[in-house]
Amino acid sequence: MLYREAGDFKTTYREDNQTFPIRFDRIAYYTTVAAAFAVVPFFINDYWANAVFVPFLIYAIAALGLNILTGYAGQVSLGTGGFMAVGAYACYKLMTAFPEMSMVLNVLLAGLVTAGVGVLFGLPSLRIKGFYLAVATLAAQFFLVWLFNKVPWFYNNSASGQITAPERTFLGQFVTGAQTSASAKYLFCLAFVFVLALVARNLTRGTTGRKWMAIRDMDIAAEIIGVNPLTTKLSAFAVSSFYIGVAGALFFSVYLGAAEVGESFGIQKSFLILFMVIIGGLGSIFGSFAGAAFLVLLPVLLKNVLVGTLGWPTDLAAHIELMIVGALIIIFLIVEPHGLAQLWRLTKEKLRLWPFPH
Amino acid sequence: MKDMSEGYVTADGRQIGGVLMEMKNITLRFGGVVAIKDISFDIRDGEIRAIIGPNGAGKSSMLNVISGFYVPTEGEVWFKGVRRGPMKPYQVARLGVARTFQNIALFDGMTVLDNIMTGRLTRMKAGLLSQALWYGAAEREEIAHREKVERIIDFLEIQNIRKTPVGRLPYGLKKRVELARALAAEPKLLLLDEPMAGMNVEEKEDMSRFILDLNDEFGTTIVLIEHDMGVVMDLSDRVVVMDYGRKIGDGPPEEVRNNQDVIDAYLGVAHD
Repeated sequence: MLYREAGDFKTTYREDNQTFPIRFDRIAYYTTVAAAFAVVPFFINDYWANAVFVPFLIYAIAALGLNILTGYAGQVSLGTGGFMAVGAYACYKLMTAFPEMSMVLNVLLAGLVTAGVGVLFGLPSLRIKGFYLAVATLAAQFFLVWLFNKVPWFYNNSASGQITAPERTFLGQFVTGAQTSASAKYLFCLAFVFVLALVARNLTRGTTGRKWMAIRDMDIAAEIIGVNPLTTKLSAFAVSSFYIGVAGALFFSVYLGAAEVGESFGIQKSFLILFMVIIGGLGSIFGSFAGAAFLVLLPVLLKNVLVGTLGWPTDLAAHIELMIVGALIIIFLIVEPHGLAQLWRLTKEKLRLWPFPH
Repeated sequence: MKDMSEGYVTADGRQIGGVLMEMKNITLRFGGVVAIKDISFDIRDGEIRAIIGPNGAGKSSMLNVISGFYVPTEGEVWFKGVRRGPMKPYQVARLGVARTFQNIALFDGMTVLDNIMTGRLTRMKAGLLSQALWYGAAEREEIAHREKVERIIDFLEIQNIRKTPVGRLPYGLKKRVELARALAAEPKLLLLDEPMAGMNVEEKEDMSRFILDLNDEFGTTIVLIEHDMGVVMDLSDRVVVMDYGRKIGDGPPEEVRNNQDVIDAYLGVAHD
């Protein structure tokens, strides 16, 4: 009964263009944002930050990035892990080369570097499509991991071959290193997520987004109505890689603290983020969040239920957990191939009519 | 360059202007196959020009040459008094040529409104930063173009489906949305590839009305390919008839209708 459009008249195109045209959605959105910024930081502890919130937020940025490329612009990429590595290593080099530079600037510049690398690896997309492009980006994935392993300059010649994030502060609070508090980590990532999600939404609902979707849905028709495929595809690669680079930088500096490229940014990471996007919903901002939440929270939840509540041995629980997550992914894709976002959309459509569906 | 000032007046009193586009000795070959053989004709400002012919006559190829999708093997295309060199399709679009397709080529994942808005992409200039923040130029531009698009939505009577994803629409409406998208570009020259194919009588009547109205109201020059002879004869000012890649007739409908070559091509000739 609350969820109604009736009586909510839009009198300007500006009102009609807003992200949440239904009042109830708008209120829910503001409440969520307010709670995320003003309530959660007071209750968060190390366990919740490290196991749930921080990985969820960082993966949400990566999923947004991949969703822009694959979901909106229709270019399949399996190089997400490699691009996250570019972000992480760029961030590391910036942090060690310019110790005085603001951490926010480090992360953003790391994103820009990744955008450049992304455009470079996006060039083949002008010639090849679909699975063949996926293979080309897979090559990028393996090449980048190999590069960061092979060239000691990238990890400052450290003996272990690892990169370790030095301590950096932002507004007087530690945001990287061992002394960082749970709420600082969380808020630092949340701020990035908030701004980047807003930007993603704005880009996808405007001219750029329409160009991306036109290329995705029918590239020949897009070209005939005046879309330049070169700049459109490359802009999708650039924006997407920027997001993924920022995610990589945060993943390394704020979340992990120390990383080894093959282990942290290997091909599994590419697939994990691709699964998030597919399960969440291709071409949906909400879907990126839903997919990231699903794949971050589900293992934690299962582990707590199996080990904590049922008292199973940890090793057995770990294996069962993998099987259940896998099975659930398959079930979800059979029930709703368009992902959680579509499920949510259908629920909303039903809610609008409830309780009188006729 | 041909004199642009000459023109003629149609039977219903519309003033047709000078030459907008001229095709000079166009030949199009795909390897050994000759799709179009040495065809010349002109398209005048404000007229409705039909291209007809039996299946495989090369009509769609001709339209693709006009829209810049195919570059002719030989011959010249003159547009607005300037010779058009080889161009990318999106560059031709920017010159003011829009088209619809024989098999609908809409963007299925987008809403009707977004589909029509894509027709205005070449006119939207706001920078990436402004778009990212949805502030300033991007928002003003979005609203200004939305107003234009809403006028077209009103014109084609598709207000009730503006937020529906195109993939869910029935065939006849999709054709109409595709026309709307082409119109949104405010083209100088509009190319329609079988706009009535697969429609019932009522839908055909609607579509004919829209074509006449938009020619009348916006002064858009229209080139259309159509198989329904009744529609062609009623709508068009002049008709080009093609058969096996050659031009076998050109002129007003009644003249073409009585042309012996055209009758032979459509009805077949007795071979003895």
